[in-house]
Amino acid sequence: MSTAPGLAAVRTPRQSRPAHRPRPPLFGRRLTRSPLLLAVARHSGLIVLLVVMLYPLLWMVGASFRPDNKVFTTLGLFTGDFTTSNYSSGWSGGDQLNFSRFFLNSLTITVLAILGNLLSCSLTAYAFARLEFRFKRVLFALVLGTLLLPYHVTMVPQYILFNQLGWVNTILPLVAPKYLATDAFFVFLMVQFIRALPRDLDDAARIDGCGHLGIFCRVILPLSVPALGTTALFTFIHTWNDFLGPMLYLTDPDHWTVSQGLGSFLDATGQSSYGSLFAMSTLSLVPIVGFFIAAQRLLVEGVATSGLK
Amino acid sequence: MKENDPGGARGGVGTLPGPGAPAQAAAGGARRRGGRAARDNRAAYAFLTPWLAGVLVFTIGPMLFSLYLAFTRYDLVSAPHWIGFDNFRHMFETDPRYLKSVRVTLTYVVVSVPLLLAFSLGLAMVLNRGLRFLTGYRALFYLPSLIGGSVAVAALWRQVFGEEGIVNKALGAIGIDHGSWVGNPGSALYTIVILQVWAFGSSMIIFLAGLRQIPRELYDAAAVDGAGAVRRFRSVTLPMLSPLVFFNLLLGVVNAFQAFTGAYVVSNGTGGPSDSTLFYTLYLYEQGFAQLNMGYAAAMAWVLVLGLAIFTGLLFLSSRYWVHYGDER
Repeated sequence: MSTAPGLAAVRTPRQSRPAHRPRPPLFGRRLTRSPLLLAVARHSGLIVLLVVMLYPLLWMVGASFRPDNKVFTTLGLFTGDFTTSNYSSGWSGGDQLNFSRFFLNSLTITVLAILGNLLSCSLTAYAFARLEFRFKRVLFALVLGTLLLPYHVTMVPQYILFNQLGWVNTILPLVAPKYLATDAFFVFLMVQFIRALPRDLDDAARIDGCGHLGIFCRVILPLSVPALGTTALFTFIHTWNDFLGPMLYLTDPDHWTVSQGLGSFLDATGQSSYGSLFAMSTLSLVPIVGFFIAAQRLLVEGVATSGLK
Repeated sequence: MKENDPGGARGGVGTLPGPGAPAQAAAGGARRRGGRAARDNRAAYAFLTPWLAGVLVFTIGPMLFSLYLAFTRYDLVSAPHWIGFDNFRHMFETDPRYLKSVRVTLTYVVVSVPLLLAFSLGLAMVLNRGLRFLTGYRALFYLPSLIGGSVAVAALWRQVFGEEGIVNKALGAIGIDHGSWVGNPGSALYTIVILQVWAFGSSMIIFLAGLRQIPRELYDAAAVDGAGAVRRFRSVTLPMLSPLVFFNLLLGVVNAFQAFTGAYVVSNGTGGPSDSTLFYTLYLYEQGFAQLNMGYAAAMAWVLVLGLAIFTGLLFLSSRYWVHYGDER
């Protein structure tokens, strides 16, 4: 792969310093000067890479529509026989695996987590971005510190705490912390965003008689929709994908999330029901891929500007 | 601070001087300034109350409690029993599985993070060449990083690299026979490395955004000076991107140390085969929640924090020598 900057392809060839033209070829670069051939080569390289990367996902979707005994028979995407039985059997489950229940549980937790993060992180961010107060630097350093703090340090004592409170086997341990702005990354994201908003509007609102709560609700929040959207989307993805949290706190299969359902699918069953596993896996990815398609630009911009992952 | 009246959180925000503000603002200059600073102070802490409560109840409190637990034996049922440094001694002297988990995690970090960075930077550079369909490519390459942490993909991975998996099917087509990749202690860890690298999209997008910020003139100047492609990469691209390389490196390391779902699902919760995927977090989980050695798990968690702090501290120190923020000229 040549490493010349992207501009080279667009620029007209430079004649001024012919002395530098002949350079020893590096890893066979510039076999051709034709821009068309280069573009074709580049595109085909990227497409091959994409196909290799995404093929397992496509294969999974294909396999989920095959009868159980045909799941592993082929490397291809389609076989002659098409069936949706994996979906119906997986969805209603037998025994304890009731995916309609799991989806509802996941959805409840996710929605509550999103609301909590939006509310608490924006309140916190407003204070850090707009107000002067004592210990501001120390407290902001604390935000940054918790940003890098591994979840596992607080995992054991938090479990003990929630156990004492009698919250184990409820969704509270997964949801309540979100209302207290424990996701420092989103606080940080919103602080950065609010800081960049012009202060003139605050001043105008203040002259019109708004207090801080008024400024926050009527000026800052409406202007922060992109940051709020990014926060909501990433909270959605993190919460929906979360496995460790639910595994710790939700022990009763009635309360399980989709991730736990998939996990126990793997534990409980042998090769025979891989069809249903793939069907439910596919369904579990549908909301994320759906949001991704709907809000692709917002997501990509969010990552590019804030470094969120 | 407000933490001693948790119930006052909402009330505090609600009682902010709304309508009273203009009257006070109309008062004399000096007094208004002083009044406003005090009011800002009060308002700030009202806004911060939820976060402060959260930090105290869910972060600082638990950290201190787990520091205490680290020196005890505790099984959630009977009261914690103080045993001094026994947990730490056991960790480093008599627990081979612990040392194994440290080795596995370090290998994982050292292999996966540089690969991830190289891959995402390389692709960002290819995409940064005025390609058509850029948004489409960017989106598709980004997709895996949204789902890479899910159980669904980890479960799929177990199949992809399994005995009958599609990797082996593809290899079989060109005449190579290989057993299960996830079932082999020599390769199981690397299937999880691939899972991590597969989700390179978000780092790539950060690099791509950074590449666009590099002024063309720098490349022009370098080209005029006769710099070749490699030279331009080393002397223009890398220094200009170094803050983002640092950022991605830091986040990559922090994330890699905490990787859990992939290893748990691929190894079926065991860290096997023969502990080859026994990640630190997996062993911590096993000790704390399967065997209820909560004191030991707390001690492990604290060693993880200290280890991570040292690691990131070294990164920050080293960054002085290779990260350029462009304002030191």
